[in-house]
Amino acid sequence: MNSTIRDLLTKHGRLPVSVDTIADDADLYEAGLSSFASVQLMLGLEEAFDIEFPETLLNRKSFSSINAIAASVSQITETQQVA
Amino acid sequence: MNVASPITALSLAERAQRAAKVAAEFADTVDREARFPKEGMDAVKAERLMGIQIPVQHGGEGATMSEVAEVCSILGKACAATAMTYAMHQIQIASLSDHAPDSAWHEAFLKRICDEQLLIGSATSEAGIGGNLRNSVCAVDVEGDIVRLEKNATVISYGADADAIMVTSRRHKDSPPSDQVATLFTKDQYTLEHTAEWDTLGMRGTCSDGYIFRGEAPAEQILPKPFAEIAAQSMLAVSHLLWGALWFGIAADAVNRAQSYVRAAARRSPGQTPPGALRLAEASSMLQQVKSNVVAGLKQFEAGKGDPDALSAMGFAVAMNNIKIGTSQTILDIINQCMLICGIQGYKNGTPYSLGRHLRDAHSAQLMISNDRILGNTSTMLLVGKQETSLLR
Repeated sequence: MNSTIRDLLTKHGRLPVSVDTIADDADLYEAGLSSFASVQLMLGLEEAFDIEFPETLLNRKSFSSINAIAASVSQITETQQVA
Repeated sequence: MNVASPITALSLAERAQRAAKVAAEFADTVDREARFPKEGMDAVKAERLMGIQIPVQHGGEGATMSEVAEVCSILGKACAATAMTYAMHQIQIASLSDHAPDSAWHEAFLKRICDEQLLIGSATSEAGIGGNLRNSVCAVDVEGDIVRLEKNATVISYGADADAIMVTSRRHKDSPPSDQVATLFTKDQYTLEHTAEWDTLGMRGTCSDGYIFRGEAPAEQILPKPFAEIAAQSMLAVSHLLWGALWFGIAADAVNRAQSYVRAAARRSPGQTPPGALRLAEASSMLQQVKSNVVAGLKQFEAGKGDPDALSAMGFAVAMNNIKIGTSQTILDIINQCMLICGIQGYKNGTPYSLGRHLRDAHSAQLMISNDRILGNTSTMLLVGKQETSLLR
């Protein structure tokens, strides 16, 4: 999953550095992720994983690192499969 | 210090009313001369209103955001420059008291704000960032225990009269523009080189001149939290709420003047409804909309206080943005309506019904963080966030 997230970050993240240089647990905001780019990234994730982000996960924390994004996506995939 | 100060026995609103009386007396002079509202702000300090929002354990009175907003609206009815200076100061305090936990220096400084009734300014605008306060060009230079910062600040409101200034910058010279920190510098720690005059249509007394800021201070004065979090959880919401409150005050005073005009006309010809009466009823309805907007926002903010997740949620940001858009547009409609009611007496300066200053001051509302930028920001969020549609939530 993390490689898909990295691809989407490259495409939508508008980061000043290469995504390859960012560790899975590194702070994406410190790496230059803007709130606009995080929304574009979210749209990309919704499309790629066929999910919809619930209101409770629409916050800075869900997008703070590649690991955090992966955790959010897994959480959504699980609950949306149950439902 | 004097703990049992007799002033604090009065309610905050009463103290604000007393300060507002002084501010109102000088409002026209402050506007005409585009000078700092010294008399109004001295009165605010004499009423010990500068630190009310600060928690009791740090020397303040622990006032809620609603109480602070009420003070802003009372001052707004009297003198918009005094009210805006006070509101901007309170916005800095909200950032400091919520976002510097366990920082001994900042806690001690909060105490100083209360004891000495200090005025805190801010330098977020910068040449080259295109008006986006979430970007910085300049960066703090930390060397050992010392932080140095130089910033080409296009606007520092009441910069010359502030006792301390909170300055945003990049965290490090290699950081991207959005990775920012805020640092508080006290007056003895910086110099301001004047670069631009504040000669404007309205809000003339805020004296938001441009300066090159140069500061040097102990590094512990950098706020520990990233500015992104401070902006999202406190600064943007508090700005929209307190500005909304004082804009309500400006519009409310305009409606008061229009109502006096209509009543005077009614007294002159009993039995006949004056021509402006219907417009006054419309203005009253619009004023109530502004009030409801601000009050609902204050309620939402206070419900989310202490919960960073609630305050950084997209739905919350959309709601706060909407308050700014709604209030800033509606006050212009209200004051314009009042102008139609008062006619030439409202258009002329120096009458009891004069509305020129109100209208000019109110025009700043759409531009302080441009409504176009805010609408753009909201529209991005609405691509993913759901519009809140419940009535009571």
